Amino acid sequence: MAAPLVLRLYIAGNSASSRRAQQNLERLRASVSSKGWDVEIIDVLTRPDLADRAGIIATPTLSYEDGPRSRRIVGDLSDTKRILEFMGIEGDHA
Amino acid sequence: MTAQDSGQDGDQETEISSVLERVRTGVDAFDELVMGGLPRARTTVVGGTPGSGKTVFATQFLAHGIETFNENGVLVTFEEPPADIEANMSGFGWELAKWRKAGRLAFVDASPPSTDELVIGDFDLEGLLSRIMHAARSVNAKRVVLDSLTQLFDHFISDPKILRRELFRISTALKKAGLTVLMTAERNSEYGEITRHRLEEFVADNVVILRNLLYREKRRRTIEVLKMRGSHHAEGEAPFTLLTGRGVVAIPLSSLRLEQQSSTVRVTSGNSAIDEMCGGGFFRDSVTLVSGATGTGKTLLVTNFLAGGVEAGERAILFGYEESKGQLFRNATGWGADFARMEAEGKLKIVCLYPEAQGLPDHLLTIQALVDEFKPNRIAVDSLSALERIAPETGFREFLISLTSFIKKREIAGLCTATSKSLVGGESASEQHISTMTDSIILLRYIQEQEIMHRGLMVLKMRGSEHAKEIRRFTIDGAGMHLGEPFSRAPNVFRE
Repeated sequence: MAAPLVLRLYIAGNSASSRRAQQNLERLRASVSSKGWDVEIIDVLTRPDLADRAGIIATPTLSYEDGPRSRRIVGDLSDTKRILEFMGIEGDHA
Repeated sequence: MTAQDSGQDGDQETEISSVLERVRTGVDAFDELVMGGLPRARTTVVGGTPGSGKTVFATQFLAHGIETFNENGVLVTFEEPPADIEANMSGFGWELAKWRKAGRLAFVDASPPSTDELVIGDFDLEGLLSRIMHAARSVNAKRVVLDSLTQLFDHFISDPKILRRELFRISTALKKAGLTVLMTAERNSEYGEITRHRLEEFVADNVVILRNLLYREKRRRTIEVLKMRGSHHAEGEAPFTLLTGRGVVAIPLSSLRLEQQSSTVRVTSGNSAIDEMCGGGFFRDSVTLVSGATGTGKTLLVTNFLAGGVEAGERAILFGYEESKGQLFRNATGWGADFARMEAEGKLKIVCLYPEAQGLPDHLLTIQALVDEFKPNRIAVDSLSALERIAPETGFREFLISLTSFIKKREIAGLCTATSKSLVGGESASEQHISTMTDSIILLRYIQEQEIMHRGLMVLKMRGSEHAKEIRRFTIDGAGMHLGEPFSRAPNVFRE
């Protein structure tokens, strides 16, 4: 069993796109037969230092490590199909 | 009535508070163009083609704040990582790494990440803004640079609408925090759209353009203020140069004020007969132009001017652009002036340069630096025509204005030469340019009288003084220049 994938979602307080991204991420998580995702929510307004360390420019940004590579999805995560394609995950929802 | 009164009071208050405090950039001549500096808590977009000096100008703005005003800064870099910028800018004498460690400068590294990225759906740039604000708080910054916005736009190329909205928001937030913001943006061409993504319309209170043109195989760099919201600025392109150890050094132009006082003290021209024609010599803080065809005796007048000054106990400096030092010394010896001895005694300094060795702005800076170092009482430039050869017309005029203004400000006597193109009579472009800028003009001309070619000298103009109006013959021999009788029937060769 591989360790669960750690997903970091950088959001900006209570903005509309940040709320949507969180909801969409929950939906994604439920729809995929994942081995389990560890989701960490980071608010750049309260933790700008973490945003700086990660080099975050846009919010929301979903960031995770894929092997040696770091991958990012910028936006409110509304386009489930393309996001799953990008992550290389086959969804059950189809 | 009372309401009206209070209304007026209110207006007055607004007026007072609307006088914008200025933030000096460290480019003195530029600050002059914009009435003392960039307005505080405003956003200025600096546009320029690649290599036009945007990053240098922006970094200088931060460096000057840190070094001179104790105003710390934040540098947001979208293009190069901070380490590269620190290395690149060290050549200009700015110790970014040291300032960073001392908590006076903070970087926000927004250079492109080496990650796979998908941009899809709505987003904002709160991540960037929160990092900038965090960095600004951490060093208590007063100045912020974003270099360059174009990279940011290219990063989110498919969402220009979001980008514009977000940039406007960032600009507003930074201004609200009292930060003076300078953003750079790339241009595609020197004359055309202001910036590639037309950012200035969305974020800029002020727009400044840096240009880097190739003219007759020479680089000509200029800086122009295009727009200053709510305040005046000088119009036109001011030339500048990038100097090791100093950064952007601009040449003041249109802001030039004729504030130098006019002296009534006379100094010798080095030739008593010419002194007499000028009503007792040149004025101490005046610039005289000697114009004539090749071989009429311009360099001889220069030699007399220098030697006469040294004899009178003054210090003299010559900038020669036509002949080598050896040639000048030989010439002088031939006319009875011992330049080598004068230089050995520290009374004279001869500087010979190839006009092509550097651009005109650099020539001007060289002259200024050496004059301020040597502190002469008089200066000669031989010849302006040699310098004119390397410059575009506008550049030369700017150079002349700056040079004559500098000479007058230092209250030293100046003598410049210009070569007329035709041997007999005629005029040169330098004459046209300079005749209004110099205080006095002496013309040297060949004059044909029947079968014989004579030389003639005339004082054409002498600001603030009476002068002789006649055309005097003169001869040149081993002892120098000898003025003789006026021509009685000279042909009309002394056109201005």
